[in-house]
Amino acid sequence: MKPLLRLVDKFKPHFAKGAKYGKFHPAFEALETFLFTPGDTTANGVHVRDAMDLKRTMMTVIIAILPTLFFGIWNVGYQHYLAYSMEMSHMDYILFGLQKVLPIVIVSYAVGLGVEFVFAVAKGHSISEGYLVTGLLIPLILPVTIPLWMVAISAIFCTLLGKEIFGGTGMNFMNPALLARVFLFFAFPAFMSGDIWTDLSPEVGHAIVDAYSGATNLVTFDTDYTQLQTAADMFWGFEQGSIGETSVFACLIGALILIVSGVGSWQIILSVFIGAGLTGLFFNSVAPADIPTHAMHTPFYFHWLMGGFAFGAVYMATDPVSAAHTESGKWIYGLLIGALIVVLRIFNPAYPEAVMLIILLLNVFAPLIDHMVVQRHIQKRLRRAQQ
Amino acid sequence: MGSTITIRRGYDIKLKGEPEKVIAELNYPDIVACVPADYREVKPKLKISPGDTVQAGQCLFTDKLRPELRFTSPVSGEIAEIVLAEKRRIREIRILADKNNIHYVEFPKNDLATLSRQDLIHRLLESGCWNYIRQRPYSLIANPEAAPKALFISCFDSSPLSPDLEFIISQEKENFETGLKALVQLANGNVHLGLPQKGNGIPSYCPDHLIPEKNIHYFKGPHPSGNVGVHIHHIAPLQKDEIVWYVHPQDVIIIGRLFSEGRYRADRVVALTGSSLTKPQYIRVLTGQPIMNILADNLAEGDHRIIQGNVLHGAQTLQEDYLSFYTNHITVIPEGKEPAFLGWLLPGLKKLSLSRSYLSWLMPKRKYTLDTNKHGEERAFVMTGQYDKVLPMNIYPVFLLKAILAKDIEKMEALGIYEVAEEDFALCEFVCTSKIEVQKIIGEGLELMRAEE
Repeated sequence: MKPLLRLVDKFKPHFAKGAKYGKFHPAFEALETFLFTPGDTTANGVHVRDAMDLKRTMMTVIIAILPTLFFGIWNVGYQHYLAYSMEMSHMDYILFGLQKVLPIVIVSYAVGLGVEFVFAVAKGHSISEGYLVTGLLIPLILPVTIPLWMVAISAIFCTLLGKEIFGGTGMNFMNPALLARVFLFFAFPAFMSGDIWTDLSPEVGHAIVDAYSGATNLVTFDTDYTQLQTAADMFWGFEQGSIGETSVFACLIGALILIVSGVGSWQIILSVFIGAGLTGLFFNSVAPADIPTHAMHTPFYFHWLMGGFAFGAVYMATDPVSAAHTESGKWIYGLLIGALIVVLRIFNPAYPEAVMLIILLLNVFAPLIDHMVVQRHIQKRLRRAQQ
Repeated sequence: MGSTITIRRGYDIKLKGEPEKVIAELNYPDIVACVPADYREVKPKLKISPGDTVQAGQCLFTDKLRPELRFTSPVSGEIAEIVLAEKRRIREIRILADKNNIHYVEFPKNDLATLSRQDLIHRLLESGCWNYIRQRPYSLIANPEAAPKALFISCFDSSPLSPDLEFIISQEKENFETGLKALVQLANGNVHLGLPQKGNGIPSYCPDHLIPEKNIHYFKGPHPSGNVGVHIHHIAPLQKDEIVWYVHPQDVIIIGRLFSEGRYRADRVVALTGSSLTKPQYIRVLTGQPIMNILADNLAEGDHRIIQGNVLHGAQTLQEDYLSFYTNHITVIPEGKEPAFLGWLLPGLKKLSLSRSYLSWLMPKRKYTLDTNKHGEERAFVMTGQYDKVLPMNIYPVFLLKAILAKDIEKMEALGIYEVAEEDFALCEFVCTSKIEVQKIIGEGLELMRAEE
């Protein structure tokens, strides 16, 4: 890789601070460090450093997200041909899915990274790697039918108002990807609910089957939970929904990668599942016996399988910046997310998007949770001092 | 047998270049230097001038703020030069050393049992041995007037490539015992020993007749289990306005020599370690000896970093520098100035990381040759829970750091700033994904507290 390094070194002086293109130093630096981990050495303090950096961290998260992306691409094709009742091969599903999903991913990355570049150049700070993950998460939590220009403005919204105005990656207090979604959800409700979950582009010579219903399981659940798809379908992800959220199985593979690599917090993932499970059980015990189809009767594990629960627990709640930072805080944060998702799902049918809203709500509360944990810690220390 | 304290949070960085258990003897050098910067917060006031002849143990300078502190010559000879740095700060006092026959200032010997505590303090101050006794918080030279809660000696070093202190102590058991006696007298019996838990009872060097059983503590677990700060935290945590003293075992030996031989004899055994040395081993040298002289032809080819101390907390040093007053350990590792192509993407079998995102985690027993590369750029704080895994203290590291950055004195106090020193946070800095300079922040925090006093 010497020739490449020489090439980079050749251009470097032009982008040095104060040089002709000095303004674009952050952009050049982002590109350079993308190719080569810099040869900077430790200066103060420790002389050796752990090989882990933020780029590697984000890369690991992206690898963990990939299973859901791959399944999502397949499922977009599968749902499409299912609506037309056409027998196609897996390859056709994937090709159709790629054709629909890739543009969304590309727009999300191009626009979001563009905003980051502009900000970095204007403010003169280096470009952080946070958006590499956000840019992939946004497409996965949108319906496949979303117009591309909406993807673009949601990406701008979340980067600008969700992150950069607070100082960039590490300074935001809400999950940027979820902010993008919640923005679209309230700004363009017609494109975010209703019969939008399956791409129904016309197929010559085929008509949509009569049995087709655009409703996701979350809608069914509120009217009559017994009409839900089977647990197996929901686990593997053969259902309608946002592009990447349907397969609990794919999310669990991602969870495994995050937990084994130590990048994601297992405490949060586990506590979200426990919180939802316990609350589900509680509602089972108090469910009205005279209405057998009431949502409160839903078996607790259905909450784990429905909608974006697993996706939210694994990829959204675990965002280290917007989650609670203390160990016990993480448990409280996770349990509350799980519990409140189930409460909102059951008691507020108007908002099937419980996962998104509750995670954002708890993002806002996370600093408060941490504050209480730290106060308790301080009190304990004081008590020890008085002994 | 005393109590056992198990340390769970921490990490042992396994490096290549462990020292062989041989002690090489080195001839006395031509030049020995005394460097005032070795001592924190000391403003030197010279007591000699160039051309004077001095004896080993004779005062070279005192401290302007604390005139009772005396800094004495480790060797006899002629003052060759006083090297000044910017603003006429004294950088080093170079002494043309007597090569064969060192003349010592003679102090009374073998009279320890008859000395009162005041006499003892006076003797230590006069000989310069007092400077080996330091205090927490702030890691300063102890204040002779203060009443410390206790005195701590950590008899093992758990840091990467650490010297085997048992091996070093066993070279001069009697002097260690004498030194310990003096310290027990000094601390009114309240001396705590931290020993490594090896499962075979009390190590041979431990004079258990001097220290009551309840003051002997065994520590088990990974680094920083040998840090004296960790010992203090688990045995007698520091509160506001409390002080503890601590002494390194090798300095206990030097204090012992003062009382058994009546001389300030400042030679010590230093471990030469690290992957850039051709022959990692122990060596007997004099405080203030030139590093060049110590490493001589032991260095391998290439660009290296010489560190006085370990790779986590030691100070970067040059061949032209001198062995500092508190150094027991020299590490030499390669510099890492080479950019790594797609470093964030490759599997990384030879890269060490506590996270398991590099495949090297599958080989837990592997020993590494680590260089000084930072492996990434500094970023805002993103990952959580990393520091907690390597800090075996009841402290919330990130919140303490944030309080320091916000200069919130009350919060710092509440979160336990008095209990920490930079070295205790060294592993936090090592693991930090965002490459934040944790030790520097802690240092700033301590300075801030100090200024408030």
